Amino acid sequence: MVEASRHWRRWVGLTLLIGLVGFEGTSAAAPSDAERVQRVAEQLRCVVCQNQSIAESQAPLAVALREQVREQLASGASEAQVMDFMVQRYGDFVLYKPPLKPVTALLWFGPALMGAFGLGLLWRRVRQQSGRGDDDDKHAVALDGPVKVNP
Amino acid sequence: MTRPLALRLLLPLAAFAVLAALLGAGLKSDPQALPSALIGKPAPAFKLARLDDAARAFEPQELRGKPWVFNVWASWCTSCRQEHSVLLDLSRRGLAPIVGLDYMDGTEAGAAFLGKHGNPYTLSVLDPGGRTGIDYGVVGVPETFVIDGQGVVRYKFSGPLTAEQVEQKIVPLLKELHRG
Repeated sequence: MVEASRHWRRWVGLTLLIGLVGFEGTSAAAPSDAERVQRVAEQLRCVVCQNQSIAESQAPLAVALREQVREQLASGASEAQVMDFMVQRYGDFVLYKPPLKPVTALLWFGPALMGAFGLGLLWRRVRQQSGRGDDDDKHAVALDGPVKVNP
Repeated sequence: MTRPLALRLLLPLAAFAVLAALLGAGLKSDPQALPSALIGKPAPAFKLARLDDAARAFEPQELRGKPWVFNVWASWCTSCRQEHSVLLDLSRRGLAPIVGLDYMDGTEAGAAFLGKHGNPYTLSVLDPGGRTGIDYGVVGVPETFVIDGQGVVRYKFSGPLTAEQVEQKIVPLLKELHRG
């Protein structure tokens, strides 16, 4: 088991390394500047073309925002600082992954709540029906009983 | 467990009605109309060259003490033409200075646009890289801000201004800001 997982890890590592060297030609040690820019840009929504991130979009605003991300990272800002910069200007809406706070609680937990509600309904239904089934069985046994007793 | 038949039939119907009402409201709301993150906050500072004279710069601070209108426009923006007459009307009333931000545009194209369609602006500044636009959270041109005498953003409108919008929101707000 341990052997197997070691093998697996080695293969994954090797594949990743080949991928990185092959496609990017960079070392795998630390994310390069371009990778950091890409990572931040992928998490920011292009506000003009709302279903794309600023990494994907060619809209002039997305291009300008990417440039902004690049400049700020290059001048030493952390990725979190760059995200804050964007939220201050465009609101939480620029974040593809909305932050968890009271206003967004329903957004985060709504689906799970609805799922739980549905499962609850289903569970009650199933219990009711199997309850009714038991009644039928007892009824059947009671009817069959005397027949079986007398040979 | 037997509920009355009427209730059993009505419950899903009621649930459907609620869902339909929610989805209907969702359809009506405009996904492009985003709340501005800037309302109630100080208008971001900038110092940009003026369109009429590149040797001169303008800073919002120069307008401290009185309310003003900040309008983001561009010569390439077609819906700006739509709101242009509304802006010209507003400028004729002389309620407040209207500063234009010529967004991601060239000097010549911007000047030609104003030459052709008329100039409602007290002055316009150039933002060729869109940097100041980003500071103001500009999504699409045109956008209009009302900034009070303390330099705080009080109102924002995205999209072409209509005479109605100006009459119902901007003019009353400017009058109120002048009084206060």
